[in-house]
Amino acid sequence: MANRYSLWSLIKNGLKHHESWQPAWKSPQPKKQYDVIIVGGGGHGLATAYYLAKEHGIKNVAVLEKGYLGGGNTARNTTIIRSNYLWDEAAHLYEHGLKLWEGLSQDLNFNVMFSQRGVMNVGHTLQDMRDIERRANANLLNGVDAVVMTPQEIKDMVPLIDISHRTRYPIMGASFQPRGGVARHDAVAWGFARGASELGVDIIEQCEVTGLIIEGGRIKGVNTSRGDIMADRVGCVAAGNSSVLAKMAGLRLPLESHPLQAFVSESMKPCIDTVVMSNAVHGYVSQSDKGELVIGAGIDSYLGYGQRGSPHVIEHTAAAIIEMFPSFSRVRMNRQWGGIVDVSPDACPIISKTRIKGLYFNCGWGTGGFKATPGSGNVFAHTIAHDDPHPLNSAFSLDRFATGHLIDEHGAAAVAH
Amino acid sequence: MLVITCPYCQEAREEEEFSYAGEAYIARPAVPEEVDDATWGDYVFHRKNPRGWHWEQWQHVAGCRKVFAVKRHTVSYEIAGSWTLADGKALYEEEQA
Repeated sequence: MANRYSLWSLIKNGLKHHESWQPAWKSPQPKKQYDVIIVGGGGHGLATAYYLAKEHGIKNVAVLEKGYLGGGNTARNTTIIRSNYLWDEAAHLYEHGLKLWEGLSQDLNFNVMFSQRGVMNVGHTLQDMRDIERRANANLLNGVDAVVMTPQEIKDMVPLIDISHRTRYPIMGASFQPRGGVARHDAVAWGFARGASELGVDIIEQCEVTGLIIEGGRIKGVNTSRGDIMADRVGCVAAGNSSVLAKMAGLRLPLESHPLQAFVSESMKPCIDTVVMSNAVHGYVSQSDKGELVIGAGIDSYLGYGQRGSPHVIEHTAAAIIEMFPSFSRVRMNRQWGGIVDVSPDACPIISKTRIKGLYFNCGWGTGGFKATPGSGNVFAHTIAHDDPHPLNSAFSLDRFATGHLIDEHGAAAVAH
Repeated sequence: MLVITCPYCQEAREEEEFSYAGEAYIARPAVPEEVDDATWGDYVFHRKNPRGWHWEQWQHVAGCRKVFAVKRHTVSYEIAGSWTLADGKALYEEEQA
């Protein structure tokens, strides 16, 4: 590896005034032909390319990105990682991802700053608490760690939270996943890009796919803003723009793209050392390594590709956070942004073959794709390499919207959709 | 913040008065018993989700509570107009033809 990062390399380069570090990944010109093309250079796409090269020996791979690496939803989320999903299929898939997160920095030789500070999902109603108990039990049966907490235990862990009965929706308890946490979003994209590039994957930025070349029901390649590139297998991992790509292939997807907004506050001294999420008042908050409060909530209701939403959604989110943390009412907000999330009818992803041979889609992650980045790439790489889904993603096929075998995580998952 | 005109109230009001009600003019299969699962699944779940002009339904929940059609651009969020469902459908079909 050109730059093997270690204490030794840091000292060595420090003595040379840090002037001899090499770029972390190469930026080659696109070749005419690849074995596999991945459309979309976000975390999921880069992870797919990395695992294709590392686990399946397919190294003649290109990742095509229309903008810059990790400039879409990878950089536009709130970096929360957890696997406390209710249904077996979803719990296994996200737990696979979480296990990969646990060794990811070592695997990539790149610090993704994965911090297992725990994720707490608070309940405000009796029904919330019943759901929490049910989900925690389901998690334990699936080998996912889960604890149910009382208001006092919550207060002991998060002293700033208001557990009194003065609030409109008093906190009645919470579920807690100690192995959950956060990671640094940019580092995830960069780490996977560096790892994939080192294994021979071509990462091509500023290369927009404008059409898919399909002959006789088989994919042959893609038209791009930098010329046609041929490949017998094409994996699309384009998040919010998945429907646009699908249309190029004459496919329809069960997706709707919505804006999802988030924002950060000014930097403050450490005050929350875990992630607090609430379904009922609808908001979630954690504190970044820079000291900012990172806050998010639900999607804007309307369909939108604009990477921005409406201000009343932010107002609602801020109100939810202040309901739980009255002391944050004087904190100033610093930045706000929106991403385009592709929401599926059952709030579960689609990692699937399509009726076009050699064309695969990995989409529909909706509001919760970041947590799955390594797991998603891992199983999608398997699906492409074997032209057959990994046992963990066979239930997440496109067919389920015809057979009716949905994995209904809407409302079931510990998530604020 | 979108500013939407309700064709019934004939007033431009802020988005918060309205509720988004999804893609407009999705045709229900005429004889549901006769279509296969894929067609039915397409009707229930699959959507156009275009990057561009989109015909959609909004409900004036804090006003007259009626549902109407809006043609809106999904990138610029520009609104071309709003119509009653019947008036909008005539325009929509003209566009599709």
